[in-house]
Parts: sequence; structure tokens; C-alpha cells
Amino acid sequence: MHRRKTDIVTITGLAALAIGAAAITRMMNEAKDRPPDSAPGRTAKQSRFGRYVVAGRTVTIDAPRDRIHAVWHDPEQLVRFMQDLRAVERGPGDEMTWVIATPGGDARVRTRLVEDRPGEALAWRSVEGSDFDIEAKVQLRDAPAGRGTEVEAHVAWRPHWGVAGQWAAKLRRVDPRTRGRHELKRLKMLLETGEIATNANQRNA
Amino acid sequence: MRALTWHGKHDVRVENAPDPEIVNPRDAIIEVTSTAICGSDLHLYDAVIPGVAKGDILGHEFMGRVVETGPKSTLQKGQRVVVPFTISCGSCFFCKASLYSACDNSNPVEKQDASEMLYGHAMSGLFGYSHLTGGYPGGQAEYVRVPFSDVGPIVVPDGVPDEQVLFLSDILPTGWMAAENCDIQPGDTVAVWGCGPVGLFAVQSALLMGAGKVIAIDHYPHRLELARRLGAEVIDFKQTHVLEALMEMSGGLGPDAVIDAVGMESHGFAPDNLLDSAKQRIGIGADSAHALRMALMAVRKGGRVSVPGVYGGMADKFPLGALMEKGLQIRTGQTHVQRYTKELLHRIMEGEIDTTFLISHRLPLEEAALGYRNFHDSQDEWTKVVLTP
Repeated sequence: MHRRKTDIVTITGLAALAIGAAAITRMMNEAKDRPPDSAPGRTAKQSRFGRYVVAGRTVTIDAPRDRIHAVWHDPEQLVRFMQDLRAVERGPGDEMTWVIATPGGDARVRTRLVEDRPGEALAWRSVEGSDFDIEAKVQLRDAPAGRGTEVEAHVAWRPHWGVAGQWAAKLRRVDPRTRGRHELKRLKMLLETGEIATNANQRNA
Repeated sequence: MRALTWHGKHDVRVENAPDPEIVNPRDAIIEVTSTAICGSDLHLYDAVIPGVAKGDILGHEFMGRVVETGPKSTLQKGQRVVVPFTISCGSCFFCKASLYSACDNSNPVEKQDASEMLYGHAMSGLFGYSHLTGGYPGGQAEYVRVPFSDVGPIVVPDGVPDEQVLFLSDILPTGWMAAENCDIQPGDTVAVWGCGPVGLFAVQSALLMGAGKVIAIDHYPHRLELARRLGAEVIDFKQTHVLEALMEMSGGLGPDAVIDAVGMESHGFAPDNLLDSAKQRIGIGADSAHALRMALMAVRKGGRVSVPGVYGGMADKFPLGALMEKGLQIRTGQTHVQRYTKELLHRIMEGEIDTTFLISHRLPLEEAALGYRNFHDSQDEWTKVVLTP
């Protein structure tokens, strides 16, 4: 009697597991087989594309497209709203090196400008010898109803140490996703108000 | 300088803090001449608002004299100003639409993440409140750094006593917006839950906007008396069945509009309230929404619901059915203070609005902790505390 009860529990448990696994597989396949929707790819439930993590953000800035485009060519402005950016070095050739403060010390991200359409888009790709394998793109569109410009930035990067590295960076809020979001918002503040909001009560706080 | 700082539940202290400096071009430094303790400061005092840190300087109702200006400030040294509790840039999409408490640019970027996670969007910066709203040092201090000083502060003429204009910083516009959100039509009946400062100013504002009858609900006899003096009929929920009384006092129709000026720490011995308070105590389900639930039940079909009371998190047992089936409209939000200051200053100068009746106690800043304790523990007599640094 006792033996039979245990068997029933085991069989029921296994059946439940099988049904659960089937349901999950079906859900995953369902997502795969669906026709694409209108949303940007980075908002897909699958956020890894091969070994790359993709993230992005759109912010509406009340400024003309050309003015926003020009900011990305002006290292002095870049270091104002990209808080962890220590310096931008030009060369050799058309290369640009972004010196970024990270918890593990300065990282040198060497890139080439691979796209530069005034008032429309800019894109950078890392080159051989860069500390990070990364690609970033900024796209500019007129916002509706005279609200200014929709600035869309997206980044694809290969985290050091894979998924573990991705989470470690995320927890310390130094992953490109968090940084990108913060930087776009600071750019918005700078262009719309002429300053970047701070709750500091002292200048050198 | 001396400043009132937060150290935990029911623990606030007046301590030394570094004097503020001009940090951004549009800043000004104000030497505070008067500051008040707000009912929403009591939510911080009770530690039910998330994101307050030890040592934070509290206070968001203050006024004073300009002592220093940044190069882009439009204020001049020596001017007397009242400072709105909402910090707003004046140039973003929301500020341009007069939605100042939704300003996109005043909450420091690194403080916006938590607010985005909790509310879906980051709110504006506020003085002396949670780090969800920027963690800006507040006005219960000798000096305050005021960002975007070309947008927020309203200059008041010399000769007008502080006490007549101080409440332009928060509670007067908050009461006014609460009434405005009721879209009052001539002769309407408006019910107001809570006769704290905001509730009382909402009573006053609703009558000025043409309400035929305002019914104020509370349990503190002195506060109910203040509401009565302003022209309201009153219900003491300790002696009366509120919902039944409201029906009877509005011709069986129910009030045309209702105002929840209570917020997340509702009092009263009701089953839902006891459960909410218990959950609040152990930190799950932060908001006690008893007053709002009653307001939704009481308001007539197709009526308007205005919520100036502060809520911070989640609430359950929310009468969603009443909201939908009765076709109600809800309007709420942190006050868009800058939208109202000019008009309300004018009404004060014309003698149309008096706010000084509210002040029950005046204390030096040094005794601010006592002010908090009594405002919290003896709400019947302590209706409003004004501090002088």
C-alpha cells in the first residue's frame, strides 16, 4: 500500500515535469516562429545575439538634429555628459580612442567611425587592440509635433567573462546599457538646460 | 550651517552641515527666513517612503532671501523669494506643458534608475525628500542651494510677512490643484478626506471655485473645527458612518467630486486599514489606501476623484470595479507648483486667501525635532509648525 503511494507520487511528479518542460519548449518555439513585429530588435525578449549583448535607448531632446550631431564630434562636450569618459584621443589615422574609467582601472576603447551622416547617424566599431569589442550607433530623427529630435543610441558588446561579466558590470552599474542610458539623459539635460542636474551642495563634491 | 537631518524612524536631529555653494550656473543660494514641517515630512519621519539616507537634510517648504546667484540665475541678491518644493528646469517637454513635477531634467541621472523601476518613469527632483526624487538637501536649514532659480522661486515684495506667503511653496498650491482637479461646476458637492493643511486648503479652494457644499472628513475635533470655520460641513468618522452620511448629505446622489487629502498613512479602525498598516510595518505593500477606497465608493456615478494625498508604492483591495463601473475620472500628481504661484500670490495680496489661520506653533530651527514629534503625536492641536533658523 505504502509502496504504491510512493509510485503514484513519483509518476505524478515526472508527468508534471514533462508537461512543464513541454510548455516551456513550446513557448520558446512560439517566440521563434512568430513574424517580426514593429519593435526595435533590442527590445526582444532574447537580448543576446551570438556572443554579443545588445542594448539601446531612445531619448527625445528638444534641440535640432545638426546640433546633436555636432556634439559627437566635440570631445569637450563628450566628457561633460559621459561621466566616466576621461579623454578622447584622435589617431592614428581615422581612429579614435575613448579612455573610460572602469572599476578595474582605465579602459582604452579604440574605435573607427564607420558611419557619419550629418543630422542623421553616427556609428563606431572597435578595432584590433581595443580593450573592448563593441559597436555603437546613434540615430537622429525628427520627433513628432515639434518636440525636437529623437536620439536613439544602441550598443552591441562582448562582455569580458561572458554572462558572468555581463552581470557583474550590470550590478556595479558600469555596463554599457546603464552607462548609455545615463549618458543620453545627461546629454538631454545639457542641451535643454545648459547644465547637468546634481544634488551636490559643494562644487567639488 | 545648522540643518535638520534624518537618521531613521522617528529620529531627526539639528546638526552642523557644510554651507551650500553655487554648483551649476542657474543656481542661487537662499538664506532661509521661514520653513515649515509638511504632512508629507511625517511619511519620512515614519520611514514609510523608500530612498531616504542617514544625514539627509529635510524640508521642502521654505522661503528666504537670495544671498548668492549663479551666472545664469535671474534672481538678485537681497530679493525675498518663496521656493516651490518641485525642482523644474522650465524647458523640457513637461515643464513647457506646465507639468512641472514631471520635469525630465531636474532629477540627477544616477537617481532616476530606481524611480524608473518603481514607477516606469523618473519624476522631477524635489527638495528634502527621497533619493527617488533626487535626494536634494532641503529647506529646514539656514541655507539652501536652489537649482534652476530662474524658474522656481517667486519674488515676494518686502513688507508682506513670511507667514502670509510661506505656504506658496507647497500646501497652498497643493490644496488649490486638488480642487482644480475636481473640475468643480457651480453648486457641486465636494467631499474632502483629511483636514490636515492640504485638506483645509482644498476646502478653501473648492469654495472659491464655486462648490455649493464642501464636506470635510476627519477625526480630530480641532481640525474639523478649522474646516467648519472655512465654511465646510464636517463628518467625524469616529461617530458617523461616512458613506451613509455622504449619501444623505448629497440628496442621495453622492458627492460630485471627492478629494483624498490623506494619502498613504490613513488612520482609523477599519479591517482593510489594519491589514494595510500591518503590511506597512513589515515592509510589504507600502501604501495604506483606506481613504482613497472610501472616496471611490462615495463619489457619485460619473464623478471626479482628486488625489493630492501622497502614495509611494502599491496598494491592494483597490475598488477597481467601482472606478470602472461608475465611470469615474481620477486626477492626481505631485503639485505643479510653478503653475499656480503667481495667481495665488495675487489672491493673497488681494486678501482673498489667508493661510495664517493654519499655523499653530512657531519654533526656532534648533527645536525642529520637538516640532516633528508633536506634529506627529498631537495632530489635533499641532496643525502646522513654522520654524525660524
